[in-house]
Amino acid sequence: MEIPYTVEERPDTGLINSKLGIWLFLASEVMLFGGLFSAYVFLRLGAPDGAFHEWGQDLNVPLATLNTLILISSSVTMVMSWASLKMNDFKKFKMYMGITLLCSVGFLVIKYIEYTSKFHHGIFPSTNTFMAIYFTLTGLHGLHIIGGMIVNGFLMGPGSKMWKTEPEHFTNRIEIAGLYWHFVDLVWIFLFPVLYLL
Amino acid sequence: MDNNHHHQEESFWRKYIFSVDHKIIGLQYGVTSLLFLLFGFCLMMVMRWQLAYPEEAVPIVGKLLGDGGILLPEIYNSLGAMHGTIMIFLGIVPLAVGAFGNYFVPLQIGAPDMAFPKLNMASYWSYFIGGVIMIASFFSPEGAARSGWTSYPPLADIETGQTMWLIGMVFLITSSLLGSINIITTVVQLRAPGLTWMRLPFFVWSQFITAFLLVMAFPPLEAAAVLQLMDRVVGTSFFLPSGLVVSGEVLNVSGGGSPLLWQHLFWFLAHPEVYVLILPGMGIVAEVLANNSRKPLWGYKSLVYSITFLGFMSFIVWAHHMFITGMGSTMSSFFQTTTMIISIPSIIILSAFFITLWGGSIRFNTPMLFALAFLPMFGIGGLTGLPLGFAAADIHLHDTYYVIAHFHYVVAPGTIFAMFAGIYYWYPKMTGRKMSDLLGKLHFWPSLIFMNGIFMPMFIQGLAGVSRRLWDGGLQYAHASGTLQWNEFMSISAWLLGLAQIPFIINIFYSMKNGEKVDRNPWGSTTLEWVAPSPPLPHVNFDSIPEVHRDPYEYSIPGRKRDFTPQTEPKKG
Repeated sequence: MEIPYTVEERPDTGLINSKLGIWLFLASEVMLFGGLFSAYVFLRLGAPDGAFHEWGQDLNVPLATLNTLILISSSVTMVMSWASLKMNDFKKFKMYMGITLLCSVGFLVIKYIEYTSKFHHGIFPSTNTFMAIYFTLTGLHGLHIIGGMIVNGFLMGPGSKMWKTEPEHFTNRIEIAGLYWHFVDLVWIFLFPVLYLL
Repeated sequence: MDNNHHHQEESFWRKYIFSVDHKIIGLQYGVTSLLFLLFGFCLMMVMRWQLAYPEEAVPIVGKLLGDGGILLPEIYNSLGAMHGTIMIFLGIVPLAVGAFGNYFVPLQIGAPDMAFPKLNMASYWSYFIGGVIMIASFFSPEGAARSGWTSYPPLADIETGQTMWLIGMVFLITSSLLGSINIITTVVQLRAPGLTWMRLPFFVWSQFITAFLLVMAFPPLEAAAVLQLMDRVVGTSFFLPSGLVVSGEVLNVSGGGSPLLWQHLFWFLAHPEVYVLILPGMGIVAEVLANNSRKPLWGYKSLVYSITFLGFMSFIVWAHHMFITGMGSTMSSFFQTTTMIISIPSIIILSAFFITLWGGSIRFNTPMLFALAFLPMFGIGGLTGLPLGFAAADIHLHDTYYVIAHFHYVVAPGTIFAMFAGIYYWYPKMTGRKMSDLLGKLHFWPSLIFMNGIFMPMFIQGLAGVSRRLWDGGLQYAHASGTLQWNEFMSISAWLLGLAQIPFIINIFYSMKNGEKVDRNPWGSTTLEWVAPSPPLPHVNFDSIPEVHRDPYEYSIPGRKRDFTPQTEPKKG
């Protein structure tokens, strides 16, 4: 028997299963990053006055700003790809999804440049507690980007066959993947000021 | 239903190993977690030898330990840390949530399966891998973790064996996360027509709240595990303060971290985790009590509100584990107050269970015996927790055997008895046969006696101030000398408790073939799972989707022909 409410909404809750599922998952993600952010606060309060600010001076703000722009754009194109499916335009979906993937690759390349330049200057996670939390938070965020790329890549490639048989189900999948992607974007929007600007 | 026909063709692997059917996954969880419970108990039986007869060669397993068969201090520490980890993360949580939640939540809400069957399978296999890593750590060159199940840094940052523990934990956390997302979605989305929130059986409520605790509380531990992994592998100093001296030398790290940070992150998980351990047990006990006292569960609504309130409150009591860390009296008084408040809903729940019994015509079958024993045992565990919740009293009792006795009363004769009750109660649903009542009683009475034989003396030792982590059980300490005679008594009780599980193991296998054959509803029960065939149909559970017309516990309503009215029975007029 099919599981009910995978495609149609349940009338009294107004939800499909996967949408509730992804929101619960995102809630747990909020708690995960919340735990790490509170670790940041804890360590910052425990560090000598101004030390966190000083240790943060080595970070490359222009590159991070560029990365912020890239990630926000990818969020926009992610919405566009979903909207294209809603308007029955599969070609546009592929185009926007492609741009989203390109943006995520771009983000990771810039992150790679940032990381390696730190290593060249002899700055490692073990250097001080700021660098420790910086590498942990951005590293974990990077892993989330990679996870999103795998999902998006699947939905653009082999997973898109579903469009022919179950267009509505497929559109829902893009929406769910989009919610996750916006969350990853949102985490970065918190990370950027906290790590680079404060 | 043409689907039935379709599913007959499933291969053995798809049907029993990589199954997506919630019932098979529930059984997989059940068997695996029972084996882990047994294994974790065996570790403790070995430790109890060292406590009863310090530095004498351990019989039977002594050869495995090497060095003349004596349990060395470092191995004793490993066994202790792994006993806690295995019992909690590999035993009780998977049994309570993975097995019972998986098998019976969809049945009790009249659903064909969980909302995400593939995720369900992923959850089990993630748990399995986590378990394999934990077991494998015993055989790794570094040995298993030996910093206690709480893994407090700085010790856990520098002691051997911890890395594999952390990696194992990441898998276990992922598994719980997937499982609990599944349970919440299933309860919200897949309730049968007519099954409103206030018609849900209390067991479903308990699983629902438990799943929320898991979703919200486990990620901070995952964060903490990541940080500790960074400390150990990459050399960061999240939990290492500056100028830490190890073996007479200053540790060569940047420092600046805080061991307290770990404790906060850890207990933010681990206190809700305590409720994860107990709430499903309460849910099972509620079902068994109402069914076998042939009375509606007393105060159903107040039970639901209490358990919800309990869930919320459990997130703001964590620092009562940290009274002696020097976090300050303001913090202590806040967490002391919230801790006292959280005892109120627990007491409401326990009182409602007792009142349910009042005036009932009680059937003393095996599940009921275990459920009845749960009440005073959980009561003892809960009430002895109150002195620990007061900062002043906790200074004396912290880290003594009193703490061990307190939480074991909650979890061992509490939760585990509830789990036994659940197994005896639902076995007919899973197999179509009842378990033997005689073997069940041979299992119950010795278990009850020896559980108390183990844990009651621990209160005495703890009040005398004996620390919980002593390899020699306190031989070197003058203040312990008056209580040492109990060690042997407790150890013998523990081994006899082990023997008392043999009738249970026999019963499970014996009753599969020889148990009394029963129809769909052998206990005369009202909830939905008893409408389904025994065992429920693969992948669909019910012959047709049940419709719900009634509250969950309509027992002994005056003027009715039978003393129970199933939820599916339409109301007249």
